Amino acid sequence: MSGAAAAAVSPIVAPKRQRPFVVLLRRAWRLPRTRIGFVLVLLLVGTALIGPIFAPHDPTAFAGAPFAKPSSSTLLGTDNLGRDVLSRFLWGGRSILGLSAAATLIGLVLGVSIGLVAAYSRGLLDDSLMRVMDVILAFPSIVLALVAVSTVGPKLWLIVLVVGFTTMPRVARVTRGASAEVVERDFVQSAEALGEPRAKLLLGEILPNITSTLMVEASLRLTYAIGLIAGLSFLGFGEQPPAADWGLMINENRQGLTVQPWGVLMPVIAIALLTVGTSLIGDGLARASAGIDRRGDE
Amino acid sequence: MSAFAARLERATRVVPRPRGVWGFILRRILLGLLTLFFVSIVVFAATQALPGDAARAFLGRNATPQSLAALREQLHLNEPVLSQYFHWLGGFLRGDLGKSLTGSQEPVTSLIGPRIKNSAFLMLIAAAISVPLSIALGSVAARRRDRVFDHATSVVLLVLAALPEFVTAIVLVVLLGTSVFHVLPPVSLIPPNGSPWNYPKELVLPVLALVLAVTPYIARIMRASMIEVLESDYVEMARLKGMREQTVLWRHALPNGIAPAIQVIALSLAYLAGGIVVVEFVFAYPGIGSAFVGAVSNRDLPTVQALGILIAAAYVVLNVAADVATILVSPRLRTSLR
Repeated sequence: MSGAAAAAVSPIVAPKRQRPFVVLLRRAWRLPRTRIGFVLVLLLVGTALIGPIFAPHDPTAFAGAPFAKPSSSTLLGTDNLGRDVLSRFLWGGRSILGLSAAATLIGLVLGVSIGLVAAYSRGLLDDSLMRVMDVILAFPSIVLALVAVSTVGPKLWLIVLVVGFTTMPRVARVTRGASAEVVERDFVQSAEALGEPRAKLLLGEILPNITSTLMVEASLRLTYAIGLIAGLSFLGFGEQPPAADWGLMINENRQGLTVQPWGVLMPVIAIALLTVGTSLIGDGLARASAGIDRRGDE
Repeated sequence: MSAFAARLERATRVVPRPRGVWGFILRRILLGLLTLFFVSIVVFAATQALPGDAARAFLGRNATPQSLAALREQLHLNEPVLSQYFHWLGGFLRGDLGKSLTGSQEPVTSLIGPRIKNSAFLMLIAAAISVPLSIALGSVAARRRDRVFDHATSVVLLVLAALPEFVTAIVLVVLLGTSVFHVLPPVSLIPPNGSPWNYPKELVLPVLALVLAVTPYIARIMRASMIEVLESDYVEMARLKGMREQTVLWRHALPNGIAPAIQVIALSLAYLAGGIVVVEFVFAYPGIGSAFVGAVSNRDLPTVQALGILIAAAYVVLNVAADVATILVSPRLRTSLR
């Protein structure tokens, strides 16, 4: 799909026709931080996806006295209601991962569409779209999410929508900024002259040229979405009891922190490693795309 | 990070339509007011998005036809939407935030008044610590670029920036409040009439959590901007004159290095306005953040609306202040507006 684009930019066809994001990924992979991030994310996603298979107990079934210390039947002890911490931990990652991935995806799709349309159309449409984005940016994300929850109630679809919605303006700004310069290039004008439909022009000609920027942005947005969704479920507005969910677990077991810390520690460590992992990948991608990878590290 | 960068970019590419610095400031303030107006519409519209109405949502299963009608009357739900909005906005501007829907029926103003003070105090201390700290960290890291200190701070800051605030807060509780060292109270038990400044020990952990959430952003931009300044000709000149490196760094380089960071500093303070929501909840600190979470749980709409707007307003005001401060401290921008 970038064939026409590449040909229009340089009449002499480059010997290797690597897609820009493949080049970026390869360069980012050379940085140790990207690899560490990848391993962390893989570890946590693996735990969330296949963990439930290894769960020794039903995550909602009672396995002992509340806040019991680790024993042979409950390896990490029990939680505030006497349920097995290990089993709840193994079950509790799916929702956070699924919801934040969905929210990020929604934010990316909406933001990229708006950013592309704004950059391409310029003029009044551009201005008004960006003003609307500014208004959404005027709220701290968590405030917007909480206002929505207070009226509709703690529904998972609502959380995904709101987090996607607050991700949108940030993505739109970056997309518009990156594609403003692409829109001016000759190949876009020749595509216009050929009468390419608007949608094909935006998605087929402009979008491929900003994939590197978008990948950096996507990993950053995913980090924020995980933090926000975990935070909302920690506040009690995400998954509702008795569901097993890392954010919810932290809140439920806070009271027993001095007696039985594992119910809090395991989900805290998991969320921390996950966000650190995604942000390491994002940092690696950003460094690779800025060309700071000259010495392999830093 | 990139949200900050985007804002920075936006502030610096402002078109100089009305002439001069004051024209710009005026325009920025008007834009801020317009944003606030839209914010109020969004908050109000959110309460209209209910499948039933606010009264039914609050009363839930206990609703009787009489209580529903009474509450609808109190919330002006029988009027057309537009007049409801202006009724609400008018009250809001007069300082009448309505009555809380919870048992006491207390006016929202008296409910959140003292809490605003507590939250402002918390934010102020957090800002007073994190701003100098991060400026120093960023400058020293820039000075020792690519050395151990730089690499170490860069990793620590990256991790801190990645962690959600509530995770940082819980880790602090585990480390200093309960399990590892039992030195600080894990919960800010401040009596309703007590002032937080009389409870310094209770303040340490919430302040620390906010400081750790904000410092990475300022320190990173500070490092980047100081690296640029330290490579400039006039700094080289100062060094060649034989001045002490300390003097060069703090006297000559720092003032110019700070200018690009001011925007980020103000935005970080704005970020504190959102950050207090979760941090206050973790420590049960009696501020507007924990009140907000409580009101959302109780579906106490008047309080939610008031606090939602209040926090968003703090955010907007600090954003405007950031843009104005940036324009005032950077000579290049100032002259470009002439």
